Amino acid sequence: MNDLIEIRWHGRGGQGAKTACLLLADAAFNTGKFIQGFPEYGPERMGAPITAYNRISNSPITIHSNIYEPNFVVVVDDTLLDCVDVTAGLKKDGAIVINTTKNLDELLPKLKNYEGSIYTIDARSISIEALGKYFPNTPMLAAIVRVSGVMSDEAFLKDMEGSFKHKFAKKPEVIDGNMKALKLTLEQIKKLK
Amino acid sequence: MSIRERLSGNEAAATAMKQINPDVVAAFPITPSTEIPQYFSTFVSNGQVDTEFVAVESEHSAMSACIGAEAAGSRAMTATSANGLSLMWEMIYIASSLRLPIVMSLVNRAVSGPLNIHNDHSDAMGVRDSGWIMLFSENNQEAYDNLLMAHRIAEHKDVLLPLMVCQDGFITSHSIENIELLEDEKVKEFVGKYTPEHYLLNKKEPIAVGPLDLQSFLFEHKYQQAEAMKNAKKVIADVAAEFEKLTGRKYNFFEEYKMEDAEYVVVCMNSTAGTAKFTVDELRSQGIKAGLVKVRMYRPFPAEEIAEALSKDCVKSIAVLDKSDSLNAAGGALFEDITSAMYVNKKSVPIVNYVYGIGGRDTTSNQIKSVYEDLQKIEKTDKIQNPYRYLGVRK
Repeated sequence: MNDLIEIRWHGRGGQGAKTACLLLADAAFNTGKFIQGFPEYGPERMGAPITAYNRISNSPITIHSNIYEPNFVVVVDDTLLDCVDVTAGLKKDGAIVINTTKNLDELLPKLKNYEGSIYTIDARSISIEALGKYFPNTPMLAAIVRVSGVMSDEAFLKDMEGSFKHKFAKKPEVIDGNMKALKLTLEQIKKLK
Repeated sequence: MSIRERLSGNEAAATAMKQINPDVVAAFPITPSTEIPQYFSTFVSNGQVDTEFVAVESEHSAMSACIGAEAAGSRAMTATSANGLSLMWEMIYIASSLRLPIVMSLVNRAVSGPLNIHNDHSDAMGVRDSGWIMLFSENNQEAYDNLLMAHRIAEHKDVLLPLMVCQDGFITSHSIENIELLEDEKVKEFVGKYTPEHYLLNKKEPIAVGPLDLQSFLFEHKYQQAEAMKNAKKVIADVAAEFEKLTGRKYNFFEEYKMEDAEYVVVCMNSTAGTAKFTVDELRSQGIKAGLVKVRMYRPFPAEEIAEALSKDCVKSIAVLDKSDSLNAAGGALFEDITSAMYVNKKSVPIVNYVYGIGGRDTTSNQIKSVYEDLQKIEKTDKIQNPYRYLGVRK
């Protein structure tokens, strides 16, 4: 089980963190992996903090608990940094990826001076540019794929094109926009440390 | 060749129902099993099944409709959780006493109150004496497989009892995981056609179902139910053997994980068994001889077989994990079943009970590890101060 990768998502209800978590599970599944994708269900409502989880491995996964010591954390909304301990248990040799325009000096105190890698992406501007609306989950999906290295950019983009064609069969006009959002993210993601 | 897929536990249950293609499905939505009738009604709308879907106004009616459908001579299924099952309660007993092999997908959730929509086994434990066969499932795969085997067991002429397939609400019902599916044709062939011997719509044999049954006969009918439950053991084993030939997946009454030389043994059901396997592997890598017994067949209860498995010479102490509290000041339901099985079969091993995971409290590998630590202490000190304990509760 040494190759087990554990990912924790922090988002707000309505931002699509759960959907992104399930899409990541799908994409990893399509590359032959064993996967888990599950949200932590609570008293959900628009805007409330939500958590979702992924496990990805080359061998069957039997553990069925939440994830307390993730390899990677995704923060879909940077206002959560003020109210959720997003780096709790995050492995020191892991990484966190945040949807934000803040710089390292602004982020470090909010991340309890997290020792591992920190990545940022301006998912808002990418989403507005590619989709005309604010849907941060598509960029954040691309961001965690890049940061975690669970699959190559090429394999990921190819697989996502297939899933979007299936998912948006009834509104094909949004497929190109979503693909653009993924590609822009892969170009613009920044490693702060 | 099986089909490699990724599905949630609810999707797995709905897919099994689609492939079984029963005559009638009657259900009322309740969290966390809501998606099962939701997906199934889509299959009905899309013409993927030719089932009569009855969207009833309550769970009491859902079970009543299943009873009517089965009594008429058709194959009926339903799905529910927690308070939905509570509302069915009156009809649950009628289904089993009328010997109607209805199959239910029960997505386990805490019975209120106060209101909680998350997982524990209090719903299932509430009906453990109702005369239903009860199979528990560690993950989506087992929920799917158990449902595929369900009708073959329930409808067998030596059994004729309703059957429920349990899985953990949210933990497996809402988690997407890998699964191997069978082709539709193979399922159809395995499950077979339902040809009841006696049924209401048989004009050649007019019968009454469920009339008054007083002092002169009810006792005999209950005895027959009890005998049917005993017969179910052999049928469950036979169907599992046939299923193994078809799929390569082996299902015993209970799964023994690393039990060949286990000294410290945890007994549990459903998804926690998966977390416990992870823990056993970790402990084994540190040289601790941990083992696990996962109960799949809870009703009928494999008393003799489980007592045998738990009393091998290597076993030094046992912890039974109950995801429901019987509130009897003595211990949970699984604990009492196991201790009574041990006593009757003259097996004596130090044994403790942990009530855990109530109302969806997350059960971690570290919690289970602490149980194995307790088991080692029990072996060293040979003392059990309190056999009825709590795991993961704030006091």
